Amino acid sequence: MTTPNTKRDYSLIGPETKRAHERGLVSAQWHESPIPRPRLKELMRRKDGPAIRHTLLWFALIIGSGVTAALTWGTWWCVPALFVYGTLYGSTSDSRWHECGHRTAFKTVWMNDVVYYIASFMVLREATAWRWNHTRHHTDTLIVGRDLEIAVPRPPSLFMVCSKFFALPSGLRELAKIIRHCLGRLNAVEKDYIPESEQRRVFIEARVYAAIYAATIACAVATRSFLPLMLVGLPSFYGAWLVVLFGLTQHAGLAEDVLDHRLNCRTVYMNPISRYLYWNMNYHVEHHMFPLVPYHALPALHEALKADMPPAYRSLWDAYREIIPALLRQAKDSTYYVKRPLPAGAAVQGGVA
Amino acid sequence: MNGGWIPACKADDVGAEDVIRFDHAGRTFAIYRTADDKYYATDGLCTHEKVHLARGFVTDSIIECPKHNGRFDFTTGEAKGAPACVNLKTYPVKIESGQVFLQLD
Repeated sequence: MTTPNTKRDYSLIGPETKRAHERGLVSAQWHESPIPRPRLKELMRRKDGPAIRHTLLWFALIIGSGVTAALTWGTWWCVPALFVYGTLYGSTSDSRWHECGHRTAFKTVWMNDVVYYIASFMVLREATAWRWNHTRHHTDTLIVGRDLEIAVPRPPSLFMVCSKFFALPSGLRELAKIIRHCLGRLNAVEKDYIPESEQRRVFIEARVYAAIYAATIACAVATRSFLPLMLVGLPSFYGAWLVVLFGLTQHAGLAEDVLDHRLNCRTVYMNPISRYLYWNMNYHVEHHMFPLVPYHALPALHEALKADMPPAYRSLWDAYREIIPALLRQAKDSTYYVKRPLPAGAAVQGGVA
Repeated sequence: MNGGWIPACKADDVGAEDVIRFDHAGRTFAIYRTADDKYYATDGLCTHEKVHLARGFVTDSIIECPKHNGRFDFTTGEAKGAPACVNLKTYPVKIESGQVFLQLD
């Protein structure tokens, strides 16, 4: 029985995992909003053009801000340059990681994979391990005991939520994982979601990450400067604020253990600059419901599904007006969650919040 | 017997560069039609998490699973990379009088 003070076990090998199986919440059938197959096929169609343009601009912005930071290093001008560089490196890499991980951003598969590996390093996620982690997130979204990507476990620690804005302690945990994987070891949870055939790849990638970090540290020591570390490695921490600001809107405060993405995801309207930085991940209900639709088609998918969806949030602020009070309340009452209103007559699929 | 050939659907039931589901004797299959009107058949469930491939996306000779984007070459059944790591079983297909037949084992 869940009481207001109950702390649930969010690991993948605890009692909640068994409970999720018993309740039929594992690999279950989720609600899909109706959309004609020909329209869905149109929206699923892949293109290289948008992602090539957006990625070239992204690299140009990262290189431009990085060079500016290096040239102004030692002056106050390097602060805004590093702010821009760090945010692009540590935050916007998240959405590139995400879209290319699904291999939907580009039509050409290898382009997805190249950007995926680069973005994985920047956002401090081991590429293969996180691919499987995210796969599980899509199978069992916000199912406790199954989904490792639940950003705000209940009851939330407000200190932990705030520390996320600097990738703490998650970034430190990732570094510890890299060291463990360099030694060729996986823990029990990782063995649960990473197939044996993929485990060797995890160890190789960890060693590549470690080699890059070692080279960066050696460069910093040789030049007696922190600059190399401010350009490689540390931006994953000091530049993480934006990914958390955007990312918390995806699921924070919403229902756990339901089989309907309309109830555990948010779609939030954002301005064009934010949508570029976030690659339209603000259309999060639509993404979870139809993950084959590329990011550039998500606004059109949103229009196609609108009648079967809860109302979208008008802005980031509109979303946070709900999220902040919800987290404050959950800190005292872990059974509380935000109930999303479904359109009149909409069917609710399985599961109990 | 007729060599194990089972009538599955009309050829026109499958759109160009698309896939449909066919259930038979407690089993489920996916029947594909390419852009140049060639037909193929595989097991109907993704080898990764048993999701129906008929809700997926066909491009050229690739079927992409609707849940996790696992990709298979449906002409050979070959899994094309994580999270699809185990090949799909394929079945011979023939078209006769506008009807698609599958040869089951």
